[in-house]
Amino acid sequence: MSSNNLDQLYRRVIMDHYKTPRNKGTIENNSVNIEMNNPTCGDRIHLTLQVEDGIVKDAKFDGEGCSISMASASMMTQAVKGQEIDTALKLSGIFSDMMLGKEYDDSIDLGDIEALQGVSQFPARIKCATLAWKAMEKGVQNEEKS
Amino acid sequence: MINQEIKSYFPILNQEINGHPLIYLDSAATSQKPVQVIEALTNYYELDNSNVHRGVHTLGNRATEKYEGAREKVRKFINANSTEEIIFLRGTTTAINLIAQSYGRANVEEGDEIVITYMEHHSNIIPWQQLAKERGAILKYVELEEDGTISLEQVRAAVTERTKIVSMVYVSNVLGTMNPVKEVAQIAHENGAVMVVDGAQAAPHLKIDVQQLDCDFFAFSGHKMCGPTGIGVLYGKKELLNNMEPVEFGGEMIDFVGLYDSTWKELPWKFEGGTPIIAGAVGLGAAIDFLNEIGLDEIEKHEHQMAAYAMEKMSSIEGLEIYGPADPEQRAGIVTFNLNDVHPHDVATVLDMSGIAVRAGHHCAQPLMKWLEVTATARASFYLYNSESDVDRLVEGLRSAKEYFNDVF
Repeated sequence: MSSNNLDQLYRRVIMDHYKTPRNKGTIENNSVNIEMNNPTCGDRIHLTLQVEDGIVKDAKFDGEGCSISMASASMMTQAVKGQEIDTALKLSGIFSDMMLGKEYDDSIDLGDIEALQGVSQFPARIKCATLAWKAMEKGVQNEEKS
Repeated sequence: MINQEIKSYFPILNQEINGHPLIYLDSAATSQKPVQVIEALTNYYELDNSNVHRGVHTLGNRATEKYEGAREKVRKFINANSTEEIIFLRGTTTAINLIAQSYGRANVEEGDEIVITYMEHHSNIIPWQQLAKERGAILKYVELEEDGTISLEQVRAAVTERTKIVSMVYVSNVLGTMNPVKEVAQIAHENGAVMVVDGAQAAPHLKIDVQQLDCDFFAFSGHKMCGPTGIGVLYGKKELLNNMEPVEFGGEMIDFVGLYDSTWKELPWKFEGGTPIIAGAVGLGAAIDFLNEIGLDEIEKHEHQMAAYAMEKMSSIEGLEIYGPADPEQRAGIVTFNLNDVHPHDVATVLDMSGIAVRAGHHCAQPLMKWLEVTATARASFYLYNSESDVDRLVEGLRSAKEYFNDVF
């Protein structure tokens, strides 16, 4: 097996997030409550956020899916917690660029998220990694509208 | 005869994927195409291409002969009584939608029942959901047995005199289960219902005899049986089709067109609006010739052997769970499984890096996934070009996947 290639995808930090997810659960007193699934493969995420004065005070997720989708959800909640909504959305844009293999803004420290860079080499798995971010984007946009 | 030579007819299989010889184990999604089918398509476009049933010129005649010749091949392949009962469509999905929209709308009324099972593909669920909603009818599901088979007792319990349509998959695309559709058709008929058979996974793998099954409709797709994509077949009993209205209107399907009213052609053409899928039908005809030459009985036997060998070898992997009937004789060459603690997508990615193509996901059968209490599974499906050494490679790949995820992390 070409485990070198696989190691590009399955970094240790990704498997750590998969096996020990951060922010797993549901926020009862939430302002954003969104469920999203990936109809082609059955991955599912339930994301709850507590947004106050334009800041994501808390973020939790629940769901079922592969290592990439669950690790990405864990990293996403970690990244947006404590951030302003604008920053969270900006991070989402950066992440999307990273997945598409485009040049991305590296002025913000991405922390663990950077480990997902290898996913861009596996086109079939990009949608696994972006599911949680899409849920966050849509949830925040719905909240702003209401 | 099924031997190693068969693989050489499939040019696509002679390549490396990620540095390893390709092992294609996703034929239940779509089969690969032999050179005989590829050449038939090329020949058709290089020599005979023309529109059919019109024009006086030579090419027009040749194309028509080839198109209608393919219909005769299909008729023989499923032992239908007449070519009037063979309708060329895009595939199984289109065929089932046609039945629902034409026969269903005309015959299903408020309070009537449509009976399907928990192991249906989405293409044999949603057309009926839509019909039931539209007509105020009741959609009922036949429960499955523990081992993923269907018992006639459960069918008898579900089918009543209010049932108008019973629709069931012949071979499950997830469990590989071969269902007793002939006996179910009898139960449907005793209650005055019609029997629809989703034959998408059956037609590629076993001899089909629609008269012996006594089903009223039988739908299948060309691309799963070595034919091109975009061509499929709806078989229907002539007396039913004669009384059904077309669902697509336009060129090809008309007899006489007036300003405010028109009449339809005879069967089967009244259901084939627009320029038909001529090349697709020609390719399907070539696929049927190819399968006949090998023999459907041989293919079925080979699949049982592959399933038996795969199940035996795979169950030696600790933590690997196989879904569906334990007896390989009860299933076609489909083995759906999960490796504990490793998500099927991850299994599929690791296998892909070794050149092995398997399917991962819900296999367009979400109600069945719910019944199995899983969100996704991995599936290896075998066809006539697969051999025991492919299974060995799969097992080796699965062991590596397990090691990679359990030991490295």
